[in-house]
Amino acid sequence: MFPMDKHKNIPNDVNNAEENEQISGQTDEISSDSANPKMDSVDEQNLDSKKPEVPKGEPEKNPAQKRASIGKGSIFVEPIKRRSFFSWLTLAWLAFTAATGTFFGIMLRFMFPNVLFEPKQTFKAGYPDDYSVGDVTTSLKEKYGVWIVRSTEEIYALSTVCTHLGCTPNWLKNENKFKCPCHGSGFRKTGINFEGPAPRPLERFKITLANDGQIFIDKTKKYAYEKGQWSDPESFLRV
Amino acid sequence: MAKDQKGKKRGFISRLGDSQVWKSIIRTGVPRNRRGRMFSVLNSVFLHLHPVRMPRHAVRLKYTWCAGGLSFYIFCVLTITGILLMFYYRPTVEYAYTDIMDLSEQVPLGIMREIHRWAAHLMVITVWIHMFRVFMTGSYKPPREFNWMVGVILLVLTLLLSFTGYLLPWDQLAIWAITVGTNMARATPFLGHEGPGAALLSIGDINLVHAGSDVRFALLGGRFVGEAALLRFYVLHCIGFPFIIIIFMAIHFWRIRKDGGITTPV
Repeated sequence: MFPMDKHKNIPNDVNNAEENEQISGQTDEISSDSANPKMDSVDEQNLDSKKPEVPKGEPEKNPAQKRASIGKGSIFVEPIKRRSFFSWLTLAWLAFTAATGTFFGIMLRFMFPNVLFEPKQTFKAGYPDDYSVGDVTTSLKEKYGVWIVRSTEEIYALSTVCTHLGCTPNWLKNENKFKCPCHGSGFRKTGINFEGPAPRPLERFKITLANDGQIFIDKTKKYAYEKGQWSDPESFLRV
Repeated sequence: MAKDQKGKKRGFISRLGDSQVWKSIIRTGVPRNRRGRMFSVLNSVFLHLHPVRMPRHAVRLKYTWCAGGLSFYIFCVLTITGILLMFYYRPTVEYAYTDIMDLSEQVPLGIMREIHRWAAHLMVITVWIHMFRVFMTGSYKPPREFNWMVGVILLVLTLLLSFTGYLLPWDQLAIWAITVGTNMARATPFLGHEGPGAALLSIGDINLVHAGSDVRFALLGGRFVGEAALLRFYVLHCIGFPFIIIIFMAIHFWRIRKDGGITTPV
């Protein structure tokens, strides 16, 4: 038997009382017809030779109010009332926790600005006639990260992000290929990879005609060759 | 009090040791026995991180390689040189690269930036050596398993400091290295917009995790390595990560003492 488990604040001295408590619990059943528990306990004391120091009825009702001696001094432990659980202090702690939690949310949101000082994801890129057949236009590369390529029957917008690790390849006109300076990946004019570590072709962006007849490019929508998306009518512009 | 019991005149140092100023700073006198030594260690905020006593054979260079101590020393060098560099470096696209050039060519001696750079390389090496030593001597076993985990966190923080510092020179190597490095964050499960599970986090047709709201965006402050990324890496490198690593270092050193000092050779 480990009385410390039951009443952590009350050490050794109470062991006896604890034991007697159990005995009294058993005898209580016998003399349960008695209306007055205090009288009951007094009777017990008279009967029982191993007399407890503490009156027996009490520790059952208010175990925490027992007086326990620790060395020279002694302590009283206030009983915790059920209603006092919802005290102002509890409310204060809840409010504090909520406020702190909210602030962590604010901190997270703070890292995502509402306005970006970046080139737009959607933009107009002039008229189809501005682009001559067979040319790779590199003028939009610096600002928008797009190559506009016009072949004999279509115009498409290639992403300038290398599919290996995300560097920016260069268009080498004489060699008729895109070449990445980081690790040497090479892409054909169509965007298909043919040398170096790049695992898949360059991506194409959504390209449509705006109401005023200009080319409209939407970078938020990408088309990957290996997923068969280059046949999507919005991945190229028929001319 | 100028004369001692024998009537001899006392020296300056002796009188200094008796003064109130001295005694208010250093409570214990000159330690002359084991108890005195223990008290002087326990009463000093700097010394108390260190064990009071340790076995003679545990401090053999052959056993520890002094890798942990060297790592801390290099961290101190990096902190001092880093603060000095901050007087000249401006973390903007316009000035960052030229300020680095200025630091190595015009600023007196031109060596402060090189010390910082070489010390940074060296710290990564010594931290790994320390890790290796701790592993090989079995010092990660109970009761030191918690401190091993703190050590793993310190290793990660060291690498993060190294990574964030890499961008600051703002040359081609830096920009593309960080571009490649942060592209990994795209593939973070649920948090990166190209990672597994990111497509599940959506309301109807609207993706919650896209290129403008994922973990890579939080790191770069944009969709590519630009002005915002430079500033974020600068703040993390100079304030954020050093602040965190110092807290964990304090825990690490203190726990060595509390776990019974360093391990001893079998």
